[in-house]
Amino acid sequence: MKYLAAALLTLVAVTAMAVDTQAPLATAEQQSLYRKLLEEVRCMVCQNQNLADSNAPLAQDMRRELRRMVEEGASEADVKQFLLDRYGDFALYRPRLAPHTFLLWVGPGVIVLLSLGAVALVIRRRMRMPIPDED
Amino acid sequence: MSEGRKRIRWVLLLPCAVLLVMVYFFGVSLGRDPSLVPSPLIGRPAPEFSLPELLDGNATFSLRDVEEGPWMLNVWASWCAGCLVEHEFLMALGRAGAPLYGLNWKDGQADAMEWLELRGNPYRAIAVDADGRAGIDWGVYGAPETFLIDADGIVQHRHVGPLDGAVFTDVFLPVLQGESQ
Repeated sequence: MKYLAAALLTLVAVTAMAVDTQAPLATAEQQSLYRKLLEEVRCMVCQNQNLADSNAPLAQDMRRELRRMVEEGASEADVKQFLLDRYGDFALYRPRLAPHTFLLWVGPGVIVLLSLGAVALVIRRRMRMPIPDED
Repeated sequence: MSEGRKRIRWVLLLPCAVLLVMVYFFGVSLGRDPSLVPSPLIGRPAPEFSLPELLDGNATFSLRDVEEGPWMLNVWASWCAGCLVEHEFLMALGRAGAPLYGLNWKDGQADAMEWLELRGNPYRAIAVDADGRAGIDWGVYGAPETFLIDADGIVQHRHVGPLDGAVFTDVFLPVLQGESQ
């Protein structure tokens, strides 16, 4: 048990050893916005990591840019627009709701609803059917 | 009764149809190279920059210094393997007088100059983007990348990876010759 706890602690320590080693930003709001952005922005080189997890040179550059923008008082929307203008929707892990991302957002829900509807119809139909005789 | 059953069958088919459509789209997406990210810059004015020129220590290089007409911006670095692949082709373009400009991206100045000395310089001018700031404005996420800008200063195309004759002839040449716009 002790060993397990130690192993888990090591894992936590490794995760906490964030790639971003900079001092926190001036205000708590700025720091939390900055952290939030790092979680939500994709590292364009190592595509399945976000900026918080990646140590690629480009991710470092982008962290530096985002940091600067947040320090200068940019809002979340400002920063996201900045990224969209340069890297497109792909840069954001949570793409905005737009005509070309509509299917992405709505598609799964539509499929679930259609399926549920179909199941409900079948069940209602079956319930009205006479119970067939055994044999 | 039989009419109602038909209706049920039809409704049952709907999810299957939706599933098929999704399978089709995912199937198409699987065949795509995920490392090729479309550039939102296409159709928009080339992002401005003002950077030191690599070979002329005192000069700055900005969009105003680009000669009139369509041009190409090649993002390269001495550490970039793909740049080595395309260099011969770029040299051929340079010899043919193509309006090729360089953006030396996240590189050391000495390394970049050594590269050019060793392999030749196909560029009319080279902007030094040591910290990658201009690269971010251009949406660069790796080297090499080559942008095609038309005579009106509008970005027409971004090619990711080594440039070769086929892509150049298909995409770049028509714009450079002022044919398609």
